[in-house]
Amino acid sequence: MMKLQIDHLTKRYWLQRENRDVLALADVSFSVEDGEFMAIVGPSGCGKTSMLNIVAGLLPYDEGNVLIDGKRIFGPGIDRAVVFQHASLLPWRTIAGNVRYGMELQKRFDQAAMKERTDYFIKLVGLTGFERHYPSELSGGMQQRVNLARALAADPVVLLMDEPFAALDAQTREFMQAELLKIWTKAKKTVVFITHQINEAIYLADRVVVMSARPGRVKDVFRVPFDRPRNLSLKREPRFLELEDSVWKLIEEESERLGMVAAV
Amino acid sequence: MKTETTLAQPHIKAETPVRPRESLYQRYEASILGGTAVLIIVAIWQAVWSYTDWISPLFFSGPSAIAKAFWSSLTGGNLLADLAFSGKNFTIGFGLALVSGVVLGVIIGWYRRIRLVLDPFLNALYAAPRIAMMPLIIIWFGIGMWSKVFIVFLSAFFPILVNTAAGIRNMDRDLLRAARAFCASDWQIFKTLAIPGSVPFILTGVRQGVAVGLIGVVVGEMLGSSEGIGFMVAYGGQTFQTDTLFVGFVIIAFAGILLTSVAERLERRFSRWRPER
Repeated sequence: MMKLQIDHLTKRYWLQRENRDVLALADVSFSVEDGEFMAIVGPSGCGKTSMLNIVAGLLPYDEGNVLIDGKRIFGPGIDRAVVFQHASLLPWRTIAGNVRYGMELQKRFDQAAMKERTDYFIKLVGLTGFERHYPSELSGGMQQRVNLARALAADPVVLLMDEPFAALDAQTREFMQAELLKIWTKAKKTVVFITHQINEAIYLADRVVVMSARPGRVKDVFRVPFDRPRNLSLKREPRFLELEDSVWKLIEEESERLGMVAAV
Repeated sequence: MKTETTLAQPHIKAETPVRPRESLYQRYEASILGGTAVLIIVAIWQAVWSYTDWISPLFFSGPSAIAKAFWSSLTGGNLLADLAFSGKNFTIGFGLALVSGVVLGVIIGWYRRIRLVLDPFLNALYAAPRIAMMPLIIIWFGIGMWSKVFIVFLSAFFPILVNTAAGIRNMDRDLLRAARAFCASDWQIFKTLAIPGSVPFILTGVRQGVAVGLIGVVVGEMLGSSEGIGFMVAYGGQTFQTDTLFVGFVIIAFAGILLTSVAERLERRFSRWRPER
């Protein structure tokens, strides 16, 4: 069953200075099944963040449709929650207060349920004991866990993740990827995960959408053939590296076409 | 689950801060050096005052003479009454400025159109030295306490207003986006982001307001009054009582240091968004 359908989506930006518009997304179509982990990978400037913002309801689009459970979306909704690239935590609220924040705004749960869900998701992301700390006291990786807990606690149908580990150091990023898979297995959410890192997309996802650069189009959609649960060591296996290499070639073609890579 | 504990480990120290041992000197280095310097300067000043005739008592004064003048005006003079008068003027004027400055600042920061209408007036009044209006204010309110209350109000009001409005407007874009994604209404954004986010800005306004409010009360009392610390300084000058003049000046300096350091402390605490341990 299709949870999220993106149907001939087109987005243009108006360039004030040059007095013309530029095509950011051109006729993008794909769909995500219930409970599926979908990664979207593409070179920088391929409009993948624009697409996520459109699905989140934060950005208007020009043509096409975004459907969740067959219904068209209008603006932000309680059926979606976003994990942002920057943790975007309220610095004056404790960790528990931040995890509550999304639920508070959406007013879906009563006080008791909010308390219970806050505790549950703090535990799920491994931050028990830090409830009363402030975001400034936490490392970048831990802040992203709070960001994730806040989104999960709001109980979305589709979880949207916008390069959530891009700002983390390489080691923390690897740990967070493994953690995310564990959490995803327990939370059973449909996930759309934006990234520019091919190995991150392959390691995490059931299927991967490869996008082309300027304007963003769907270049390829493929299923990742590796069984779950996946260990981090999978990333060092030849079959993984082979797949990564083939995706890299797809993107490289694109970049060369645009003259972004001189000669590799 | 192993990764969880290893990741959490480095931050356990946030709960029990391990502070490296400091010597008494290291901990109070600023106060020790600064305090010693002040003592030495005062001692040299006093020595020059009592053992040489380099200082004419008409043009300057010495520490012991100032202390004596302080004591005599405290016991026999009007010092306490003057202090109470100035303190009352400052407190009422500043209190009014704080309340109205924050309320109006929030309105101006939140409603763009109101801001655009009021901006030229606010900019003009914010940039102009309000103390120049003192003669006019005396015409309006007379030379009693209310002209001083009003000049303090007028001085402190604009920095508080302008900073509050800036705080409301400077909402963090990432936080705004996050709130919108969670379907926040305008009212929810106002309550949960704009107001708490502007607290450090409001406190910057308070610090600036305290400084200009103090100038307001002192100069206001100098220009037209028969009471208060400002009057004491002006009167001391007119009657060539240099010692008394210095007493007033020292009191004003101390009040300034005290009030601004309190305001600075508040500001620092809230701009880091951390509760006191």
